[in-house]
Amino acid sequence: MAIEQSVSMATAKDSFFIAAADDARPPRDWTETVVAERGEVLLNQAVNAEYRHLVVRCGPVAAKAVAGQFFQLLCPHPEGEQPFLRRPMSLYGVDPAKSEVEFLYKVTGAGTRGLALIAPGDRLDIMGPLGKGFDLDPGLRHIVAVGRGAGLATLAPLAKAARANGTRVTAIFSARRPDLLVSVDLFRGHGAEVITVTDSQGTSGPAHVERILRGLIADGRAEAFFTCGSSRLMRVQQRLAREFAIAGQVAMEQQMACGLGLCFCCVRDFHVGGEIVHRRVCWDGPVFDLMEALP
Amino acid sequence: MTVDLAVGIGGLRLANPVMPASGTFAEGLDKAVDFDRLGAFVTKTITRELRTGNPLPRVVERPGGLINSIGIPSKGVPYFLAHTLPYYGRFRPPLVVSISAPTAEGFASLAAELTRPGIAAIEANISCPNIEEDGKAFAMRAASTEAVVRQLRAATSLPLWVKLTPNTGDLPEVARAAEAAGADALVVANTILAMAIDLQTFRPSLGSVMGGLSGPAVKPIVLRQVFQCAQAVDIPVIGCGGISTAEDAIEYLLAGASAVQVGTATFVQPAAMTTIIDGIGRFCEKRDIARVADLIGAVVTEEADQPDLAWVAPAE
Repeated sequence: MAIEQSVSMATAKDSFFIAAADDARPPRDWTETVVAERGEVLLNQAVNAEYRHLVVRCGPVAAKAVAGQFFQLLCPHPEGEQPFLRRPMSLYGVDPAKSEVEFLYKVTGAGTRGLALIAPGDRLDIMGPLGKGFDLDPGLRHIVAVGRGAGLATLAPLAKAARANGTRVTAIFSARRPDLLVSVDLFRGHGAEVITVTDSQGTSGPAHVERILRGLIADGRAEAFFTCGSSRLMRVQQRLAREFAIAGQVAMEQQMACGLGLCFCCVRDFHVGGEIVHRRVCWDGPVFDLMEALP
Repeated sequence: MTVDLAVGIGGLRLANPVMPASGTFAEGLDKAVDFDRLGAFVTKTITRELRTGNPLPRVVERPGGLINSIGIPSKGVPYFLAHTLPYYGRFRPPLVVSISAPTAEGFASLAAELTRPGIAAIEANISCPNIEEDGKAFAMRAASTEAVVRQLRAATSLPLWVKLTPNTGDLPEVARAAEAAGADALVVANTILAMAIDLQTFRPSLGSVMGGLSGPAVKPIVLRQVFQCAQAVDIPVIGCGGISTAEDAIEYLLAGASAVQVGTATFVQPAAMTTIIDGIGRFCEKRDIARVADLIGAVVTEEADQPDLAWVAPAE
């Protein structure tokens, strides 16, 4: 076809660019590792006063999700509201054999209000798996998971992954009230010991959690920390990690738009090599080195 | 039939008319999209200096779109040359580099430095504040647009695309000024200046108070601006504003755009661009249109034959 040549382009600069259509290079071998697909909803029900459990049938790419990764869910519109962006949701469980992914969510805004309306049999557009998950060294003998609120859902897949590695887990789970604790049975089902602390019982303060953690360190049951959902408890673990040279990872949250590192709206400050730097939670994380995270 | 999807943009031949909008595209999209299928790559805007970007929150959603104030975070030129440029060199589509600077001279020196193999075109993002003009964006006025484009034109032999702002009173005049100063193509348009307020806190929803609206909500406005600009200039216009389907893209082509940029849609459907490329092909096939280029500016605006409505006197 004829190509328009503007006056200023009179000099031949063909050596400077490749017209894609004429590129003789063979096509590269590309396969997608993130997929947006309309999966069948198998379950969407309340598990307590705040959280709902969502199970979605997915394809083979999504079924490769690992602990700490997340999906972006395209939520249906509740009446009178129009959520435009997808909602990031950490992976609560994955079953590659059954091709299922699970999420645990709390209804807080327009997106999750729409999500709560979906019935089994409906389709839900899920996009993932996204982000960098937990790095679970198979050589670890005993790890500690510390979570609060929605962080309990994010930590949940760790229980299964650790068990597969033969790694023992002690979990300290925090919530406002005992009835809001989630993932406890799931962790216990995978052989983990779970210690619960709550605001209503007066056991969830950082000082008390620190005493528990020091006990675990003394018993040799804390080779690594995995945490999510509480800045206060993260700071306790950072202090202990520094004192006892314990490795740790933290899953962070942030408002997101794209989920693929394109838009830079989910940046947070991190402490890296003596400097404060911005990192994208969706792309560089959501799991980060415990010592680099800032509340 | 095989549809020829290729289009020409100011000396550059693209395999198809679909490319990302600057600021909505990065290496991570390779997980969801086969990069070799795109018409071109358009990088996030780079600046000479390191920039951290604007305070959070940087984005707020509204019905049919979102408002962003990301603030051009940039790792600077050395990082771009060492990492970004070699990365995109592995793919077939031509690389268009979006640049920004606070002065016309800054724009020119950045363009000169980036005139090198591996870069197919420069997209000058002149919608950012011009410190010589009291912080007004270059593209707000024809005179400042002409001044910066003239310096850019003198600084680079690469195809020069100029991205205009919709936030100006006389966009066609600004478009003509960019053309007169030597632009090879225009990108119409950047985001529409907007605002949102949080009713819980009574504070602006964005950390920088105001931001740019994008997404389906802006499409009819920017489509009109593309139509006006395409009428006003002889150089190609690239449409950019709320395109999320093949139908949207075809509307832009009909209005006079030679190619389109897809941005916000990618945040909702990561494979939006390839879906749009496929959809354009199917549309042309169904209507026996051999070349997508035949759609460019094909909107029919002359008066259609009207039925004769002259009153007929009743028979006596």
